[in-house]
Amino acid sequence: MEHLYDILNQVDGYIYPNEIALQWGILIVLYPYITGLVAGAFILASLERVFKVKVLRPTYHLALLTALAFLLVAGLPLISHLGHPLRAYEILMTPHFSSAMAIFGFVYLWYLMAVLLLEIWFDYRRDLVIWSQQSTGIKRRIYKILTLGVTDISPKALEWDEKLGYIITVIGVPSAFLLHGYVGFIFGSIKANPWWSTVMMPVIFLLSAMVSGIALVMFMYMVISRIRKVKIDMACLDEIGKFLFLVLILDFTLESLDQVHRIYEAEESFEILHLLVTGKLTYTLLIFQGLMGTVIPLLILGFFRISLPEEKVRKPLYFLASSLVLFGVFFMRWNVVIGGQLFSKSFLGFTSFKLGMVGLEGFWMALFWMILPFMILSLLLWLLPPWKKQLG
Amino acid sequence: MGDKRMKDSRRNFIKRTAALAGTILATSALKPFSAVIFATGKPEDPSKPWYGIGIDIEKCIGCGMCAKACKLENDISQEPFYFRSWVEQYTIRTDGTIKVESPNGGIDGFTQSVPDEEIYKTFFVPKMCNHCAKSPCTQVCPVGATYESPEGIALVDEKYCMGCSYCVQACPYGCRYLHPETKTADKCTLCYHRITKGLQPACMEVCPTHARIYGDLNDTEGELYKFLKEHNCQILKPHLNTGSKLFYNGLSSEVR
Repeated sequence: MEHLYDILNQVDGYIYPNEIALQWGILIVLYPYITGLVAGAFILASLERVFKVKVLRPTYHLALLTALAFLLVAGLPLISHLGHPLRAYEILMTPHFSSAMAIFGFVYLWYLMAVLLLEIWFDYRRDLVIWSQQSTGIKRRIYKILTLGVTDISPKALEWDEKLGYIITVIGVPSAFLLHGYVGFIFGSIKANPWWSTVMMPVIFLLSAMVSGIALVMFMYMVISRIRKVKIDMACLDEIGKFLFLVLILDFTLESLDQVHRIYEAEESFEILHLLVTGKLTYTLLIFQGLMGTVIPLLILGFFRISLPEEKVRKPLYFLASSLVLFGVFFMRWNVVIGGQLFSKSFLGFTSFKLGMVGLEGFWMALFWMILPFMILSLLLWLLPPWKKQLG
Repeated sequence: MGDKRMKDSRRNFIKRTAALAGTILATSALKPFSAVIFATGKPEDPSKPWYGIGIDIEKCIGCGMCAKACKLENDISQEPFYFRSWVEQYTIRTDGTIKVESPNGGIDGFTQSVPDEEIYKTFFVPKMCNHCAKSPCTQVCPVGATYESPEGIALVDEKYCMGCSYCVQACPYGCRYLHPETKTADKCTLCYHRITKGLQPACMEVCPTHARIYGDLNDTEGELYKFLKEHNCQILKPHLNTGSKLFYNGLSSEVR
């Protein structure tokens, strides 16, 4: 309660008395961030498989495993932030379908069970059978369980794996769009909040998700190649850079359009939102998200479209661009979630938000939720190393 | 598409037109077209009570008794962050700027911080749940823990609410909060426990100037019906189409 009194003293203008405390903190910032990384990484994987961008082959499995690792964590910050986490299952038992949030559980499970797990399973089935015969000890047992007892690796069976896996990937593309477009709708459909309520929100969420997911795979590919001491496939990296550039342009254009539209229409909420952007969100929106997360990566990636410098210049710049994009998209989520709660719905004032260090909603906990998917990914890479897969 | 249509024979065209006309005729026989638009949404059953609230801003003296009584009656934390009912003091200065205050929800009364000569006008606005007929808060609850009672009152089932705060975000009027102890959404119930026993809601019971009333919108002989007929009432944020059933007499355009 102490911190609420601190905030009360920092209220600027007038806010409704129930608006002192922010309802959604850092955990709800992480939720769309992590979900977006999943959707984006999956879409990059599907570029290789469905849209036949073969040069992306070296990152195909990495993208899939990254998507899985982050998806496993995506719902956890959300659940842990609830007032009653143990009641979370009610959303699956008695969903109230007029709520934009009600089908999240189903969308999430569909994506996890019907798309990602199945696709990865079909893709790895032959390797699981082979590895279960070659390895020893605990690993052997895990592989055995993961084959689910299907050990037929005749050419005919493998053909079916390929076919079914392909169909699932095709279904997965709209599913990934659905997953993150839907997350955007959860915010975009709140008419009480003019910062959120825009029809563009699902589109913006989706594009920024693609941007962040692609950047994450690029980042991970470079890091893992470094750790494994193998040469980076520059053609692949350049191709990812190309797609990142393309989607970043789309994202930037649509987000700018949204802002230009707000400025030009200058509705009732314009003054307070203008104060929000030029005041409380100056750093996180204009500098972190805009300049560092968007403009600088656009300049780097755009420059590579004009002239391609040598490898040793490109590599660190790709690393920088992908890190900046990941940083920028995090603050995009921050600006939406936190920014949308800083101003009063009376449009007459602001509350403030200070991220605490400890506690369930604190910085350290948020960091844990952010590190967890990387730990899961390491485990997945140890168990299902893409580089040890059988060719062909 | 266009080409195909052009090639359709006249016979087909007549057939389709006839079928379409027939369908329209048949459906209109079932349900005649009606362009009735309800001001506040539509009661489920017009023969039963459907409650709304009337607040007369001209009568409010800003004593804050309503906010105080609400907290006592409903056992709400005395901390100044949780209010089912509160009072705002609006002061429009001569330079056109607006100052709004609600220290501790108005419970401890008000002092005027703007010097008299700078005041263009000043008034009090009591706030509470609008018990909207098309309430955004019940719309967004993912588990249906918040709902509208048959009498048109928005309520929360605290044994079912999972505390996601989505309803708090969705309420345009700032009338909801997460209860610090139950960790569930909390809000004005129009003192449901009292009105179902024929008593007045606590805030209305204590109001010394009778500035707030509640009543059955279906009762054409009732007090609220009369209040709405005799005054030019406005609701808050009408553009959001929430079907608010809290009607203010003398609402200034500055109020949000």
